[in-house]
Amino acid sequence: MKLRGFIPFGVGLLVALGGGWFAVPRAMYRRTEQPIQFSHKTHTSEKVGMSCQDCHSLSADGKFSGIPRLETCAPCHTEPQGKSAEEKRLVDEYVSKNREIPWLVYARQPENVYFSHAPHIKLAGIKCERCHGPHGSTGRLRSYEQNRISTYARDVEGYSLVKLNAADWQQGMKMNDCSHCHQQRGVQESCLTCHK
Amino acid sequence: MATEQKPKSRFGMVIDLDRCNGCGACAAACAVENNVPPAHPTATDRTGLTWMRVYRADNRRPFPDNRSVYFPVSCQHCGNHTPCMAVCPQNAVDINPETGVVSQIPVRCLGCRYCMAACPFHARYFNWFDPKWPHEMENALNPDVSVRMRGVVEKCNFCHSRWQAAVARAAANGNHDIDPADYVPACVEACPEKAMTFGNLDDPKSEVARQSKAPIVFRLLARLNTDPKVYYRSDRDWVRRLGDTDVAQGESEVSRG
Ligand code: HEC
Ligand code: HEC
Ligand code: HEC
Ligand code: HEC
Ligand code: HEC
Repeated sequence: MKLRGFIPFGVGLLVALGGGWFAVPRAMYRRTEQPIQFSHKTHTSEKVGMSCQDCHSLSADGKFSGIPRLETCAPCHTEPQGKSAEEKRLVDEYVSKNREIPWLVYARQPENVYFSHAPHIKLAGIKCERCHGPHGSTGRLRSYEQNRISTYARDVEGYSLVKLNAADWQQGMKMNDCSHCHQQRGVQESCLTCHK
Repeated sequence: MATEQKPKSRFGMVIDLDRCNGCGACAAACAVENNVPPAHPTATDRTGLTWMRVYRADNRRPFPDNRSVYFPVSCQHCGNHTPCMAVCPQNAVDINPETGVVSQIPVRCLGCRYCMAACPFHARYFNWFDPKWPHEMENALNPDVSVRMRGVVEKCNFCHSRWQAAVARAAANGNHDIDPADYVPACVEACPEKAMTFGNLDDPKSEVARQSKAPIVFRLLARLNTDPKVYYRSDRDWVRRLGDTDVAQGESEVSRG
């Protein structure tokens, strides 16, 4: 008798939990597609043969170039080289109109945070993958997810709710995540280290 | 982070009061560099904002013996029992272990203003109003300094964004230490009289360290023993004596609560 009551309760609980587990992140984050389906795989393949530094480089004054501007793409894409519709759109909508592509930055930190690539990649030699995951070898761009309430990017807040089996970058890049690595590596920090 | 440890370097400055002519270029350069908004129409001396305030004081003698002096006063970056840090219930104030700079993190600040009451130098300011810039000026904001909101306290941090840029420049060239010439706050740079000398007080080779040891150099309210990192310099005895009184109560255009 007792068991008969428990089974529907258990099933109901599982459905609610599972549904919540599945639905909450979806409801919490607004998804937006990138303006152009850019493929890192194509461009770093043997055929095109570009390296990360061709598009993302550190200049001597300490600034990281970030996402390359249209002038980096234009020399190769004034005319479509292949048959892909996406490339045609790139040429028609951006290159020929000389309009910058409004990329969405997955890793974008809030305005009050100061981050600089120079100490991390040049002095500490940390690999891009540690913080960005395998983005540099992907063939398709995932949608950009933004928290509807905090407006923070999903890559900042992290993908794993329970932190099980998650790669370091999937844990996100919140204040704690930055500090955790700094503590492990003995970096002295205070509020003004990362805030501006 | 409220622990007091000895920072790796101690940045500070010496201000030569015999050179300062009170022009206010330091205050203007500071406001532009640090996105301090223009005064709200209803702001008063007490409710306005500035990270660098120029006080006028005089020797209280009648004409023709009357002489005046200008004191540019910013956060003094106290290194000993830093009063604002001690009272902050939010941990929004700490001392940077690299530079000795006293921070103020507006996003953490809850606006209780204990720090303003604790600060002996009246160097902290509260945002009584929403910051507003004339439309065209909004595009000219400095992207390296975040804009504050109404309800939080702010103050000078020796142009910390310039320190961050200097660290990044050094790092890009494979260096851990910055080139001292690469880190100069906006006020020091702007002073037409070259009255301000900035640098690492712990570096015996630096000009600022040398100057700070001169006998005619003094600090404001030295008796409080808060070890400020801003030094003043004057040949005139009566000016040096003013350092022991509350400048804000000197005869000045300024009265703050
Ligand atoms: C042809 C130029 C080009 C090359 C070569 C290139 N990238 Fe990119 N990269 C881009 C563009 C364009 C974007 C913006 C679109 C996107 O997010 O992928 C980008 C974005 C990124 C981002 C995402 C930043 C964010 O958070 O939004 C990472 C990480 C990245 N690249 C890493 C790499 C790595 C690692 C390599 C080398 C294996 C590399 N890139 C090679 C052009 C390039
Ligand atoms: C060194 C030359 C070169 C540069 C620089 C370059 N591309 Fe390409 N791109 C190629 C080649 C080659 C292809 C493959 C054409 C094909 O075979 O379809 C390609 C393909 C593409 C495609 C079509 C989708 C795909 O993966 O096949 C897009 C979109 C694209 N590139 C965007 C960009 C953007 C955006 C930039 C600037 C950040 C850029 N490219 C810079 C050479 C370049
Ligand atoms: C220690 C972690 C870390 C490492 C290592 C790292 N990044 Fe980043 N990256 C970030 C963070 C955090 C941001 C967001 C910065 C911001 O919003 O101010 C970012 C932003 C970016 C952006 C977008 C910047 C923009 O403003 O347009 C690109 C592109 C990028 N990273 C590429 C790379 C590449 C390529 C590498 C390897 C050479 C790399 N990153 C290594 C943490 C890292
Ligand atoms: C994977 C480890 C790691 C992560 C994650 C990381 N950092 Fe760092 N960071 C370092 C290391 C190591 C250094 C010291 C580099 C050196 O000077 O040798 C450093 C140095 C810095 C510096 C320069 C400090 C100085 O004054 O010398 C800043 C600023 C900084 N990190 C900010 C951030 C921020 C903000 C984040 C998060 C968005 C972050 N870091 C995430 C490892 C990390
Ligand atoms: C290692 C780098 C680092 C240090 C050190 C650091 N922060 Fe942060 N902080 C961040 C990053 C990255 C974020 C944005 C992501 C997040 O919200 O966690 C952030 C966010 C915040 C926020 C939330 C702001 C908002 O708009 O939601 C507050 C408040 C804050 N920090 C206060 C502080 C204070 C106070 C200190 C000193 C005790 C401090 N932080 C030290 C990296 C740092």
